[in-house]
Amino acid sequence: MCLAIPGKIVELDDEDAVIEIQGIRRQGNVSLIDDPQVGNYVLLHAGFAIHKWSEADVREYNEVMDGIADARKQDDEEAH
Amino acid sequence: MMKKPIESMAALSEQLGRPARFMEVCGTHTMAAFRTGLRSLLPEGVSLISGPGCPVCVTTTSYIDKAVAIAGTAGTSVYTFGDMLKVPGTESSLEQARAGGSDVNIVYSPIDALDAAKAHPDIRTVFLGVGFETTTPTVGWTIRKAKEDGVGNYSVLCAHKTIPEAMTVLLESGDVAIDGFMCPGHVSVITGSQIYEPISRDQGVPCVVAGFEIGDMASAIEMLLKQIVQNRSAVEIQYTRSVTRTGNAAAQELCNALFDKSDAQWRGIGTIPGSGLKLKDEFAEHDAGRIFADLELPEPVAPKGCMCGDVLRGTSRPTDCPLFREECSPSNPVGPCMVSSEGTCAAYFKYGETLEGSLSR
Repeated sequence: MCLAIPGKIVELDDEDAVIEIQGIRRQGNVSLIDDPQVGNYVLLHAGFAIHKWSEADVREYNEVMDGIADARKQDDEEAH
Repeated sequence: MMKKPIESMAALSEQLGRPARFMEVCGTHTMAAFRTGLRSLLPEGVSLISGPGCPVCVTTTSYIDKAVAIAGTAGTSVYTFGDMLKVPGTESSLEQARAGGSDVNIVYSPIDALDAAKAHPDIRTVFLGVGFETTTPTVGWTIRKAKEDGVGNYSVLCAHKTIPEAMTVLLESGDVAIDGFMCPGHVSVITGSQIYEPISRDQGVPCVVAGFEIGDMASAIEMLLKQIVQNRSAVEIQYTRSVTRTGNAAAQELCNALFDKSDAQWRGIGTIPGSGLKLKDEFAEHDAGRIFADLELPEPVAPKGCMCGDVLRGTSRPTDCPLFREECSPSNPVGPCMVSSEGTCAAYFKYGETLEGSLSR
């Protein structure tokens, strides 16, 4: 139940944002984070952005995900 | 990417020279540890036990009974996160109540329930407020908004709980040996890692706040092992991209404005002092517990033979339960740990066959 998913703010109207998560757009309330801006990456939980990532956080996340993708690719190659 | 933490875990485990048992407190970690294959990568001698951090699983039968009774009241609609639907009550689950004609609705966000209340002012709209520190501010926001906007037909049946008190009770009970905690990532986004400091300081148990990808969790276990090898206990953050020591101040202020600490009943554990949150008196008109205080409820009966309580305390594994895979399965759950998508029994059921060898760890 404590699942929170990273997404990017693509539209903003006061407290209400449209947040894109893996190509899917969802409504999200941004009143619980400081200074939300279009382009920010946030963690979305139950319709609320609960944390804003810095640029460095986004880079770290991408590195983690790239690492997983590389490991999967390596596994696939070894399996064949 | 995984080679380094795997090798490091193995080296530290060997250096330690004794088994180490870590509890992953959070249900999201339980499911992630299975789904990502983390359990199968752990060195011999390092084991993960699942904790009480699945809010649906620790919700009591009497709460479900009350929700079912509210849903059966004329002119009332109940809104809930989907996981709650199949949890058995004494006489009925919410799903069975819905099949019997009660108006029970699944929503993604509590905002959806508040919007429904605004759209239907003649219907009493009740949201089932279940969840830990991650979820409490989102529900609290709707209560504050309902009060500000005069949405008098919106209320919440509040069973929000806080995690550190449960971790302390598990340690003090002595029922299960825990060498360290993999602490919940998204609870900590809100609270900050500071909430675990009394546990590491007073109980001498290492705590590491972890993210949910396989590399995050492996690194967190590496950090826990390192603390034990170095004979120290501290709170450390592996999930630095999301968690700080102090957390989300706006969310904390919101919760402090709406809720007071209270004792709370946890399924399988019992009453844990100070682990609950009750709405302050000024929000009484939005407190479904008070609005529906006079409903007649059945005497709660725990499902016979179900070992969810032991599983939630970490003293038994799902495979120890005689009902597991027999009478109890995700399509026909007897206990809440099989119902919730983050329940330990559901995780063992879903991934057990592919990870048979690692289930003993």
